[in-house]
Amino acid sequence: MVYIPHTDADREAMLEAIGVKGIDELFDCVPEQFRFPELDLPEPLTEMEAADELSKIADYNLSANLTTTFLGAGAYYHYIPSVVDHILRRGEFYTAYTPYQPEVSQGTLQAIFEYQSMICALTGMEASNASHYDGATSLAEAVIMALNVQRGRRKRIILSPDIHPHYRAVVRTYTQGMGLELIEDPAIADLESLKRALDANTALLAVQTPSFFGQVDDLMGLADEVHSVGALLCVVTNPISLGLFTAPGHLGADIVVGDGQPLGIPLSLGGPYLGFFATRKKYVRKMAGRLVGETVDTSGKRGYVLTLSTREQHIRRQRATSNICTNQGLMMLAAAVYLSTMGKRGLRQVAELCFHKAHYAAAQIDVLKGYSVVQRHERPFFNEFAVQCPRPVTEINEYLLDNWGIIGGYDLGRDYPQRKDQMLIAVTEMNTREEIDILATALAEVEHD
Amino acid sequence: MTEPLIYDLGAPGRFAVQMPEPDVPLTEMPALIVRDELNLPEVSEIDIVRHYTRLSSLNHSIDKGFYPLGSCTMKYNPRINEDMARLPGFAGIHPLQDEETIQGALFLTFVLQEWLKEIGGFAGVSLQPAAGAHGEFAGILMMRAYHLDRGDTKRTKILIPDSAHGTNPASTTMSGLEVLEIPSDERGNVDLKSLRAACDDTVVGLMITNPNTLGMFEEQIEEVVGLIQNCGGLVYGDGANMNALLGVARPGDMAFDVMHYNLHKTFGTPHGGGGPGSGPVGVSERLLPFLPGPIVETIQPGDTNDEGDLAETPHHRLVMPEKSIGRMTAFYGHFSIFVRAYTYIRMHGPEGMRRIAEHAVLNANYLQTLVSKIFPIPFGNRACMHEFVAEGKVKGSDVRALDVAKRLMDFGFHPPTNYFPLIVHEALMIEPTETESRQTLDRFAEALAQIAREAVQDPELLHTAPHCTPIARLDEVRAARDLVICSWGQSG
Repeated sequence: MVYIPHTDADREAMLEAIGVKGIDELFDCVPEQFRFPELDLPEPLTEMEAADELSKIADYNLSANLTTTFLGAGAYYHYIPSVVDHILRRGEFYTAYTPYQPEVSQGTLQAIFEYQSMICALTGMEASNASHYDGATSLAEAVIMALNVQRGRRKRIILSPDIHPHYRAVVRTYTQGMGLELIEDPAIADLESLKRALDANTALLAVQTPSFFGQVDDLMGLADEVHSVGALLCVVTNPISLGLFTAPGHLGADIVVGDGQPLGIPLSLGGPYLGFFATRKKYVRKMAGRLVGETVDTSGKRGYVLTLSTREQHIRRQRATSNICTNQGLMMLAAAVYLSTMGKRGLRQVAELCFHKAHYAAAQIDVLKGYSVVQRHERPFFNEFAVQCPRPVTEINEYLLDNWGIIGGYDLGRDYPQRKDQMLIAVTEMNTREEIDILATALAEVEHD
Repeated sequence: MTEPLIYDLGAPGRFAVQMPEPDVPLTEMPALIVRDELNLPEVSEIDIVRHYTRLSSLNHSIDKGFYPLGSCTMKYNPRINEDMARLPGFAGIHPLQDEETIQGALFLTFVLQEWLKEIGGFAGVSLQPAAGAHGEFAGILMMRAYHLDRGDTKRTKILIPDSAHGTNPASTTMSGLEVLEIPSDERGNVDLKSLRAACDDTVVGLMITNPNTLGMFEEQIEEVVGLIQNCGGLVYGDGANMNALLGVARPGDMAFDVMHYNLHKTFGTPHGGGGPGSGPVGVSERLLPFLPGPIVETIQPGDTNDEGDLAETPHHRLVMPEKSIGRMTAFYGHFSIFVRAYTYIRMHGPEGMRRIAEHAVLNANYLQTLVSKIFPIPFGNRACMHEFVAEGKVKGSDVRALDVAKRLMDFGFHPPTNYFPLIVHEALMIEPTETESRQTLDRFAEALAQIAREAVQDPELLHTAPHCTPIARLDEVRAARDLVICSWGQSG
């Protein structure tokens, strides 16, 4: 029996101590007609056989390391320094529970405290929690926090249609019982129209920069307009882009959220990722999720504890700021180790590599017959850009994969009917100039094909 | 020794990683929006390795010792699962890749859905939710959507026993519904009289944990389910304690409408110091159309595929259930956790599933027998399931459960959950799990016996415990009052 250490002698002695004849007797409380069903599961494999089966299943997938990929749209193929997974594989971290007992959890607690600090530095904010499930649920929690800051008196939430469509879908899921007025009209994508939607009933305006289409908006002045109607401003962002661009916190944002996946977390078909969440200190008591604070022990030694727990479900029950309990502990650790490894200098280098390579790719593609880079209002972009294609994106991607082994970009027409035949192309530090040149050659071929 | 903060370890200009030089012509940066400050650590790789290694040594973990934290199922996390999740064919695939290029991953996801259906006795499963509380939230949203879809708009209440986890009422509030608390009876079951009085046509449903948080199987589960369903409500099962029921009983057979599974409790995936978990939901036939999605379905040879052609080989695709409550996460939930749970179930098989529950319950009853000689066990006159709740009180001493918990650390054990469930005073909630040996349980009981003696002979030793941990008791009031939550002190 795998992982169960009992010998026959153990079982006998234990049953005798309990005072029952057999293990079955312990289940007499279960109504007989339900007891011990036959489960239709396959017969067990040994570790050796299971490893073989899993390897074979994995081989039916085309992974990024075996191909060239230009797919992003919310999940990015970045380099993960070796040291990250070596730290993550320490059982002292990954086989521990949430650090409720601080005397035996200082490792996890200090790691969270340092993570909170790095997220504050990156976003230009004053308070970060210990994580949400992913970028989308971080945005949903931002919406709920804004409603709570307004004590439920304001019901309008404005989401820029340039926010990741799946993030907006998650907000719709989360808020379906809350009776909100959720505005995400595709016609009001630019900042001027978004500002016009602000009114005295607005609790939150959320924008994304770099947008889902990769464009970087200048948010200067936006916060003032949002604050003038008494609403909060939430900025959804890509953490790698913050190695290069002005922190949203320095532009007056009240909440900054996003997905920490680019910070040392593998693609893994979309999860587990990391929702980061940062806000102003004045809102910290309305923030959901775990928070670590510094204090001292009885001998005056510095230490860390989970703090402001009275916000949380295990104390506050139905009056809690959120129901969140288990979050993304180990993914938080990955991001902290990644940010320590990259440091100030390395993160800037990664961000610059993404920026330059993406711009090189855009320039190569924009000159191809039938293709044009779509840039609204000539805004700069970061590591992603939309391309108007001469044929349906699915057809082009099929051609790229079958003939060149390239995973092409995301089909924007899936979520934005007005962007039919537009491909969203992501370029990271992992893409070489040669790969970009091959992509351009292949795209030109599709047109001639 | 206190471990320095990573910010205090480095030196300006030091770095741990060298990135390649750009191989493309440079593009001019938009100067207006480029930042010049960024306060991240400046450390070398050895600084990082040593820092995190030293931090790790300050943690208690399953790998280090017994972790009988009630309700959390801290069982051994098999190493093979970690290796499988890291196979490049799993770790290196993008969620938006063409479905034809991720058939292995979709197959694995589909099979895990099917296995969880079978284990829980449900008609359908979605793996979308990221954690237990997230699964609860999905479950309540489905129950709400079901009533609304039938045009039944009067229903606003969720009934929750007073022994429930705090996430139950919190998830209810997030769904825009009201909580009505139901008391427990003297045997630790839901009080049927109170439940009957609460059942009317405003009830969305009941959330019930079975076995409950006292570690007791709800003896009147059929009556409870009957009462709810007779008033038109639905029954939600909190699957936090499913470790006791693997191969023993299926909530779906007991007419539960929805339940979440905790892959990070029941199916051996690691807790990660507070996540990532995974909280799939299983549902009965009538809730199938409301499942969060996308989920994976299989196309068999002879079925019609997406293009309207007859499929030649079986393949898998992502679909959104017809009346889905929507997406719970940006993509498909915690895929790498699915790989671990798949490996775990694959290595256990049907008999192995039952062995897990049997030994979890054997261990809990054995330990309950030993502990009942040391501490009062309020509902200890019956067999427990996978856990039990003792009272951390000793006759002739003023020590509290907290003191007992802290003193246990000096013996190298993680304390049990304390002060939960709320209906037991000075609660110590103990869950040994099936992966612990009899010797470990004996040593733990011996430690408790010694602590009980100390409580009378030298209570101060307990009041000031722990004494052998990296740090002593911490000033939590100061942490909340001064609120230092960032390395550069009182920010803001």
